[in-house]
Amino acid sequence: MNELLMQYLPVAIFIGVALVIGLALIAAPFFVTISNPDPEKVSAYECGFKAFDDARMKFDVRFYLVALLFIIFDLEVAFLFPWAVAFRDAGTFGFWSVMIFLGILTIGFIYEWRKGALEWD
Amino acid sequence: MAEFFWAYVWPVLVIAAHSVLLLVVLLVLIAFLLLADRKIWAAVQLRRGPNVVGPFGLLQSFADLLKFVLKEPVIPAGANKGVFLLAPLVSAVLALSAWAVIPVSPGWAVANINVGILYVFAISSLEVYGVIMGGWASNSKYPFLGALRSAAQMVSYEVSIGFVIITVLLCVGSLNLTDIVLAQQGSLGMFNWFWLPLFPLFIIFFVSALAETNRPPFDLPEAESELVAGFMVEYSSTPYLLFMLGEYVAIVLMCALTTILFLGGWLPPFDIAPFNWLPGVFWFVFKVVFVFFMFAMVKAIVPRYRYDQLMRLGWKVFLPLSLFMIVAVASVLHFFDLAP
Repeated sequence: MNELLMQYLPVAIFIGVALVIGLALIAAPFFVTISNPDPEKVSAYECGFKAFDDARMKFDVRFYLVALLFIIFDLEVAFLFPWAVAFRDAGTFGFWSVMIFLGILTIGFIYEWRKGALEWD
Repeated sequence: MAEFFWAYVWPVLVIAAHSVLLLVVLLVLIAFLLLADRKIWAAVQLRRGPNVVGPFGLLQSFADLLKFVLKEPVIPAGANKGVFLLAPLVSAVLALSAWAVIPVSPGWAVANINVGILYVFAISSLEVYGVIMGGWASNSKYPFLGALRSAAQMVSYEVSIGFVIITVLLCVGSLNLTDIVLAQQGSLGMFNWFWLPLFPLFIIFFVSALAETNRPPFDLPEAESELVAGFMVEYSSTPYLLFMLGEYVAIVLMCALTTILFLGGWLPPFDIAPFNWLPGVFWFVFKVVFVFFMFAMVKAIVPRYRYDQLMRLGWKVFLPLSLFMIVAVASVLHFFDLAP
């Protein structure tokens, strides 16, 4: 078989085996147990109350902000991967380019901090 | 026909056998680590811990497994059935898949791909989906809030883990996990491993790994006193088991990553007579269990963080610190011409 396939096929097969184990475990109780639902048992848990309203409610915008910040910084990490591997080949030019890139991101980070995007009270 | 068999079917069967072997060993190891976790926690609090099933309670995890399988799976009436059952599956399968590239000894990896660390990083980023799906599909308030908290926490610490990995890569020059271990080989033995030269990053990685896997003291999503059990409230039977399994597999994965990135993987502490007699796989498992022991001790000793403190630590301490460390390490490597 060709080399690329031999490198990545094991990953696919491994995920397949893991999926089989997961599926077997999740299916097992549906075959071996007696399902006996009643309205109280299958109602949403809310400390003994009947649920007041739907659970898909409004939530704090800061969670959304964290997700946005995460995307920016995770992209940054993704950009840095190839640079880190080819650090010597990238040489002086590569080094200073990434330092400027990190500098610009740091300015953005300081701005977020001063604006209070990182405050949880 | 025979040619086709030897060229295509046989390699696939060999790979499948490797995968099954690794997964079975991993799951049995996790069964005992789970028990060890409970035993250590109990010992710190001067309790006995599980001690009824088997000698010293050694078979407790297997009894738990049997009990989970024999329980009725309850699916809440308001839940989205498909997503509800998919969530634990995603969580457990993703956690397990990352193990495909972990080298336990020289050449002993199911897949020795040359982008190993990137693959692990990608898979562990996806793990947050299991949590979000579980919390949303339950259609209940505690799981919803727990999932939000958990997702925000996991992505926050993902960033510092990414920066730490970048810094290690600067010192290695390869994404292959085997190369990362071999780069730590040297005449000084254990003092050549990255934990010493990159000590601050070792600490950041360890603490971020705790937060990333929702371990105490960062177990906010499962804070029993406020959110009951976080995103897992509505789960029962094996779906719950799969969430717990996924969590522990992810924890042991983080222990393995700490071992590979900072503690020299399968390398013996000193390359002299009594140490290098033992095979590499022994040292690898020994180090993973040691890091897991540290995880368990942290759980037993450190009180839980408040949510704002947790976010402050992630965004205002670890992120700037790891960013600074990238610049510092890159500068040292560049100006002293030490890059690999």
